[in-house]
Amino acid sequence: MSMLSFEQKYRVRGGTLVGGDLFDFWVGPFYVGFFGVTTLFFTVLGTALILYGAALGPTWNVWRISIAPPDISYGLGFAPLQQGGLWQVITVCAIGAFVSWALRQAEISRKLGMTYHIPFAYSVAVFAYISLVVIRPLLMGAWGYGFPYGIMSHLDWVSNTGYQYLHFHYNPAHMIAVSFFFTNCLALAMHGGLVLSAANPPKGEVMKTGEHENTFFRDTVGYSIGFLGVHRLGLFLALSAAFWSAVCIIISGPFWTRGWPEWWGWWLNLPIWK
Amino acid sequence: MNWGIKTSSGIVAIVATILLAIVIIGSFERPPIESVQRGYRGTGMVENYNPRTIATLAEASKLPATLPPLPAAGPKASAIYKNVQILGGLSVGQFTRLMASITTWVAPTQGCAYCHDTKNMASDALYTKVVSRRMIQMVQHINADWKPHVAETGVTCFTCHRGQPVPSNIWFNNPGPAHAHGMASTETGMGLVAPAAGLTALPYDPYTPFLEKDAVIRVQATTALPSGNLQSIKQTEWTYALMMNFSTALGVNCTYCHNSREFGDWSQSTPQRVTAWHGIHMVRDLNNTYLNPLGKVFPANRLGPTGDAPKVACATCHQGVYKPLFGQSMIKGFPELAAAAP
Repeated sequence: MSMLSFEQKYRVRGGTLVGGDLFDFWVGPFYVGFFGVTTLFFTVLGTALILYGAALGPTWNVWRISIAPPDISYGLGFAPLQQGGLWQVITVCAIGAFVSWALRQAEISRKLGMTYHIPFAYSVAVFAYISLVVIRPLLMGAWGYGFPYGIMSHLDWVSNTGYQYLHFHYNPAHMIAVSFFFTNCLALAMHGGLVLSAANPPKGEVMKTGEHENTFFRDTVGYSIGFLGVHRLGLFLALSAAFWSAVCIIISGPFWTRGWPEWWGWWLNLPIWK
Repeated sequence: MNWGIKTSSGIVAIVATILLAIVIIGSFERPPIESVQRGYRGTGMVENYNPRTIATLAEASKLPATLPPLPAAGPKASAIYKNVQILGGLSVGQFTRLMASITTWVAPTQGCAYCHDTKNMASDALYTKVVSRRMIQMVQHINADWKPHVAETGVTCFTCHRGQPVPSNIWFNNPGPAHAHGMASTETGMGLVAPAAGLTALPYDPYTPFLEKDAVIRVQATTALPSGNLQSIKQTEWTYALMMNFSTALGVNCTYCHNSREFGDWSQSTPQRVTAWHGIHMVRDLNNTYLNPLGKVFPANRLGPTGDAPKVACATCHQGVYKPLFGQSMIKGFPELAAAAP
């Protein structure tokens, strides 16, 4: 594969976390590293097991293939492969692959002398997944609380699990997460619009500067967060959305068993207006 | 001065934050929790329970001691006592045992005098006696004619009363707070805290349209594309309020009866939805046949804000439990309550 003239300059040895020089090489455009190998291992194994599970299952309809977790009666123990054990092994593979990917990002960041913002940000998404299939099941006492691996089946799980708490929109952490998701849309649209409006002028016109962008916002709302600040804000908003999503499902069950509307009783019972 | 204001307002803010944090953290439950899986694994058909709450409910569901049954031998109650209109076929022993049991179930501290004029036990002067007679008929009717809902477990006075003359979970027509009428009306029956709908802001009186009148509960379209379903969002909110009420009354979540992937589809619902369907019809029957007509008998202080009689809903019997009294049956000890005397 061809390489851009300057790329070679960045392909430097070292910076690995594990494995020393053993996997410190590139295959075509891709950096391998120890964690590239483990990513590949877990991904191939996990995908193969999903295909095996689909072969055992009643359908090859891609929408309806589902690898379900064990019955709750298995608690935190191992289940036979066909009674949810497959789900357990696939979950280990998924976490292995996701964590490997994060660590590979960290190694590449180290090679380039960059900070760890990317692996950290990606880890928050991995944390949200682990919340669903490990943390909450551990707190509730059975792997059976995890969600099934299937396109339609995981949606059914989300729907029913939401309705276990009657009205999930009353979940306070869900409220915060949804607010962050909407704010992400707002912030990304504003940022994208602003950059394009300044940096992508019609043919023949001069590209505008960051000061144009700052001035636009100062004129509009009296304040501009600045070119570095807007990316800090973006990262904060995005990670907060994922973080509070994880919180909203961790508290549903382990820390609240009834309808979420009822949780707001504490507010209604505050002594100032009770 | 400035320093003092800054410091004191800072301290106030910190104290307020800590207090709020304590209140919010204290508002949650904690592990371990208990669950009941009620569907295929991974479908999310699960009931979640706090074992501490269940222990409290179990404590509240302890049955009172049942007096030993007496033979049908000896003279009939109707031959010895006057004005025995519905239980005259019992022997005097059986009749007295039932009266003593009802006292335990309904008026343990007030005693016989809660319903009877103690100078003339046969007198119908006290409204409570007239109501009691009708309620005994209601219990017999439930046990005999609503087996699809109460099965062989049946109900007794205790199922609702639990040692109280007036059961805890009764309801009245709720006109809501004062509001403008006519063209100025913005009243939608919702937008307030609705204790009857699980503390949501859904319609605050889901009882009247569904459990007294027979408004349509089913709002979901049965086809993927619009094909004539005229149910509105507002009607859906009324249905949701009713469903919140059911859930709270039984201490269960939506998945106890429904698979939320298709609420209206009976083939995907649990068997409990059939029992609940009969329960809805039973409650409507009881409210219209037994409770509402008693509005003429009750004194004003027993009536609701619009002058209607107290009525029953799911919670009146269930009291937060999926089966009233966790399914403990008392009816076998009281066959006279299982059906009206022939």
